[in-house]
Formats: sequence, structure tokens, C-alpha cells
Amino acid sequence: MYNGGKIVIGLLIFVGLVISPFLLKGDKATAKPDPKVDTPEILKMPVGERTCVEDKEYMKAEHMKMLNEWRDWVVRDGLNIYTSKAGKEYTMSLQNTCMKCHSNKSKFCDECHNYVGVKPYCWDCHIAPKEEG
Amino acid sequence: MSVSRREFLKKIGSSAIIGLGGISAVEVLLPGQFEASQLSRDPKALTGKRWGMVIDMVKLDEQTMKNCIDVCHRIHNVPDLNNPKEEIKWIWPETFEHAFPGQEHVYMGEDIKHMHFLVLCNQCDSPPCVRVCPTKATFKRKDGIVMMDMHRCIGCRFCMAACPFGARSFNWRDPRPFIKEENKEYPTRMKGVVEKCTFCYERLAVGLKPACVEASKGALIFGDLEDPGSEIRRVLRTHYTIRRKSELGTQPSIYYII
Repeated sequence: MYNGGKIVIGLLIFVGLVISPFLLKGDKATAKPDPKVDTPEILKMPVGERTCVEDKEYMKAEHMKMLNEWRDWVVRDGLNIYTSKAGKEYTMSLQNTCMKCHSNKSKFCDECHNYVGVKPYCWDCHIAPKEEG
Repeated sequence: MSVSRREFLKKIGSSAIIGLGGISAVEVLLPGQFEASQLSRDPKALTGKRWGMVIDMVKLDEQTMKNCIDVCHRIHNVPDLNNPKEEIKWIWPETFEHAFPGQEHVYMGEDIKHMHFLVLCNQCDSPPCVRVCPTKATFKRKDGIVMMDMHRCIGCRFCMAACPFGARSFNWRDPRPFIKEENKEYPTRMKGVVEKCTFCYERLAVGLKPACVEASKGALIFGDLEDPGSEIRRVLRTHYTIRRKSELGTQPSIYYII
């Protein structure tokens, strides 16, 4: 092999660069997101009835679609009340209904959104509740 | 390897049928997630066919006018940029010659000439802003309100060019630092969108009249123009009223008693 030493060193540098993101990764980036649902408003609810508008699994998977639908119904169709599958009525409002319970945006919304690298533009206009600390 | 004209047409036709069938099959098998019965209006909500307003300039004094403007701008998080070039306004005072151009004349009384008229979005029945909006961000609701969907606004400002009343303002910069006291129940706007008066749709939805009407001590009369028994129709029957630039044919829903 001509110039064997140089090639091997070059290869090592190349491999090092390629795997550097894995070597340099912080613990933070891989920490599993753990959204908190321990806000005062939620803790006030009786233990058995601590549910969101729909059940947890549904909200986890579909909340973004639901928010899009809510937005169109309220802004475009002038409908304000959503009746959940369990038959309970809610006012459709991100700022006044969702965030009343989930008053911990940084520990609830941002926790997963940062992890998966999505940046919803909700908070450009909607005012997030003030958090302590 | 040539395809006859007949073969070609047969293939095109059958693939079109399969394609259309496929679309409807998807719709049948995967229906939307929500039922129409899950959605409703607040029973207290005010409903009408065409909301309108009469502004009684005989009753409206300068201080009340200021109160109307302040309450609107406060509850809707309208910023005060203190710069006429970037000004954002939903409801504001205007002189006679600006509010009703073409109606002024040299022999007009000094009081009318220098009086301030309260102006706002006219909620036109045939709104030119809606016709030009490329994204349907501004649209006319069934109750006549010319509404803004901020989520869709791309900031092209066609609507501002189309509106003959200057009722629309553009956010040249992030408005948040210029809002004195945020109303936490109403959103702000972001840089790059157009905003205007929405006839307090959020208050109508919970059974309240627009904020300016509430603050006006009876000088602003709000109601359904399509309802012959409403108070606004009684006022329009018994008083002579004028509208801003009615010659343009946009059919404004704001009437003035001078």
C-alpha cells in the first residue's frame, strides 16, 4: 500500500468525525422526556377523575390534530363548546382551557417538543401562563 | 408497440374510475375523528344574521370616546408603538373630512369640522378585503362579522390596500414589548400579520356585547340589522344616519348619527 500511514491516519480522522456526535452527546439530549402533570389545578381534581379532555393515550398521539380542529371550529365556524367522548363539555381554547390545567408550559409542552425538535408557533401569539422560578 | 386510440381511452377511463373509487373508499373507511354532535355554541351566545352598529355622535363625548378606545385596545392586547408609521389601531378618532371625505365644505360649522368621529372596521356586507385575501385569512362569518384568522395570515397586506377605510394595521415588529398590560385571556399578534376590529366575536360567543358598546354609555347601539324588531333597526328608522364612503358599494354596517 502506497502512503499507507497517511491513509490510515486519514481514515481514523474521518471515522472520528463521523462518530463524534455519538461520542460528544450529552445526557440531556437522550434523557427521556417526562412531562409533568402536577400543577395545582390538576392536583385539585379528585384522584380518580384526573383526565384531560379525552383520555391520555389519545391526547398524547392526537393533541396536535385536535388543536388544529378546535382552532378552525372556534375561529372560522364560531363554535366554542366541545363535548368529549365521555360527555363532558369544555370551552375550546388553548390559552384559557388547556393552559388553565397545564400551567407548566416548560415542564409539560416543551419537555417533549424540545426532545423531538418541533417548534409549534402557538406561543408567538397565545400567552403562556406565568411560571414560578 | 403502438396503442390504438380506443385502447388508450379505455385505459384512461378505467384508471380514472379506480382512482375516484379509491378516494371515496378511503373516506368511508377512515372517517373524521369527531362527530358534529360534539360541537356546539354557548347557549348564552348572541346570534344574529348581520351585526351592525349605530354611532350616535350627538351623545358621544370626547371622554367616552376615549374610554371606548382604551377598553378595546386593552382587552385585545393592541400595542402602543408611539409611532404613526407603525401604528396599530382597531378603533380610533378621525376628523370629519377624513371620516367622510367629499362631504365636507368650506362653510361647515367649526364644531363639526374639528369634532372627532369614532371609526372602526365597518364590517362591510360586501367586504373588499375578503375578496383579495389569497389565503382566506380574512373572511365573512354567517353573522356578518368580517373576521381575521391570524393562523392563516401571511402578511401580504392585500387587504390593507383593498380596505377603503384604513381599518387594518400591519405588525411591522413583534408587538409584545409594546403592550402595557397583557390581557391573559386574549392572544397577542406576531410580527408580520394584519389585524383589525373583529366586533368582539369572543365576547358575543359568551353573550356579551362588544366592549366599546358597553363603555359608550348608550352612544353606540349594537344589534342585528336583519332583525326588524331590534333596537338598532328602530334607531335607523327614526333617525337620519350616514355611512362612511357608501358610494363605494361595500355596504358598511356602521351608521352615524351626526
